[in-house]
Amino acid sequence: MTAAVTIRIQQADFDVAREIAALTRGRTDIGAVVSFSGICRDDEAGDAIAALTLEHYPGMAEAEIARHAETAMSRWPLTGLTVIHRVGRITPGENIVLVLTASQHRQAAFQAAEFLMDYLKASAPFWKREEKPTGTSWVEARRQDDAAAARWTKS
Amino acid sequence: MKVKYFAWVRERVGKAEETLEPPAGVRTVEDLIGWLAKRGETYAHAFETPRVIRAAIDHAHVKSDTLIAGAREIAFFPPMTGG
Repeated sequence: MTAAVTIRIQQADFDVAREIAALTRGRTDIGAVVSFSGICRDDEAGDAIAALTLEHYPGMAEAEIARHAETAMSRWPLTGLTVIHRVGRITPGENIVLVLTASQHRQAAFQAAEFLMDYLKASAPFWKREEKPTGTSWVEARRQDDAAAARWTKS
Repeated sequence: MKVKYFAWVRERVGKAEETLEPPAGVRTVEDLIGWLAKRGETYAHAFETPRVIRAAIDHAHVKSDTLIAGAREIAFFPPMTGG
């Protein structure tokens, strides 16, 4: 069977259970599904966060995620993957991002999900703006995120 | 070529996109950043620290020494913070 790849960028929330069901429906060759959800917190280093607003580069964001999805598919024996990234205003407790990976065995699914998230953070063109009591500001990129992505390129 | 700006680069420049025809001497992404920075105060502010600016040509990340010849769309933005 061919692998199912779903990539969506949307304002609306997503339903994790429904997305998992869509990835596995009608198939009996999948032994493992790994699900990662990124969720908006109400605290950043002691500062209260009222909301995040996510901006993206339409066209490039989809292309960049697709490139990494293709790499993941060639690197691990996946039967399918789903990446959903929300944009717009998101309040604490709400979903931001979903990565699902499906495979016959758990190891490939775990590794591919981590690989996709590391690359999403380091190279997918999305930017977060935080609303704090003191005003709004753009979130600064974390050096650790670049390092997390770079470790996948080591031989 | 179409030039797009995102996040605080967009806010500082004061527009999301524009169509520009840089002179022939502007060959690389780095040259283009230098040329843009001289277009006025808002641009000078947006591009005051070139090393933090990321660039993409036709929806793919590029380095500062990449040639811009043939590019349809060039985008400038800060380091990404999605996920």
